[in-house]
Amino acid sequence: MLNAAGLAFVVAGARWHQADGQVVFLFILAIAAAEVAVGLGLVLQIYHRFRSLDVDALSEMRG
Amino acid sequence: MELLAFYIAGAVAVISTVLMLTRLNVVHALLYLIVSLLGVAVVFFVLGAPFVAALEVIIYAGAIMVLFVFAVMMLNLGKHAVDMERQWLTPGIWIGPAVLAGILLFEVVYLARGNAAGLDTGMVPPVEVGVALFGPYLIGVELASMLLLAGLVGAYHLGFRKIEKTEIRHDADTHEGRADTSGDLVLAGADQPARTT
Repeated sequence: MLNAAGLAFVVAGARWHQADGQVVFLFILAIAAAEVAVGLGLVLQIYHRFRSLDVDALSEMRG
Repeated sequence: MELLAFYIAGAVAVISTVLMLTRLNVVHALLYLIVSLLGVAVVFFVLGAPFVAALEVIIYAGAIMVLFVFAVMMLNLGKHAVDMERQWLTPGIWIGPAVLAGILLFEVVYLARGNAAGLDTGMVPPVEVGVALFGPYLIGVELASMLLLAGLVGAYHLGFRKIEKTEIRHDADTHEGRADTSGDLVLAGADQPARTT
């Protein structure tokens, strides 16, 4: 989704000959990198805590 | 001719994305996701944004995908993980991504040999991007740096292995409840003893 938004920004920037689209794409890239890092940290924490990646095993709260 | 290249690259990106979504194994999906990102990079290149295309290849297809592959490899430290990987990487599975990536490679080589002017929209050189980035968008750069710092601290905090009293109970739950589904992706590493350091 972030990649599609970046593609739309770059296409718009290419349409009007502006560099702003590519600048915004760089910001989107930074956001995606941070999001992937945090998401994979969450996945690792879930695995360490439950020894499993099954979503059904995560069905209890206060885990 | 660049228009045809644009459509071919877009079709490769869409097809590989659909194939990625319909795969059942993680490694197959990652292969198709890499091809999809490469296709989007070729689209950027055709559109006259070579700097963004290079960044797409380096950061998305390079760094982020390597992060995914590392996570997948770290999470499957079981005895039968080797068997699963041998089952995943059968000699026929790389044909689909290889064909799509070959189409993209042929396209890039063709465009690089000819006049890589892109579409009629014209090219935005990287110099303009850099000037705009550190000119009117300087506050955005600062915000992005703060976001990356927050992401770094958050990932470190989440990746920190805490000692939990309740971990043993959950280990027992998952061991006993799901011991019959051997060979599943879920249970990779369940044959190890519970790590309660």
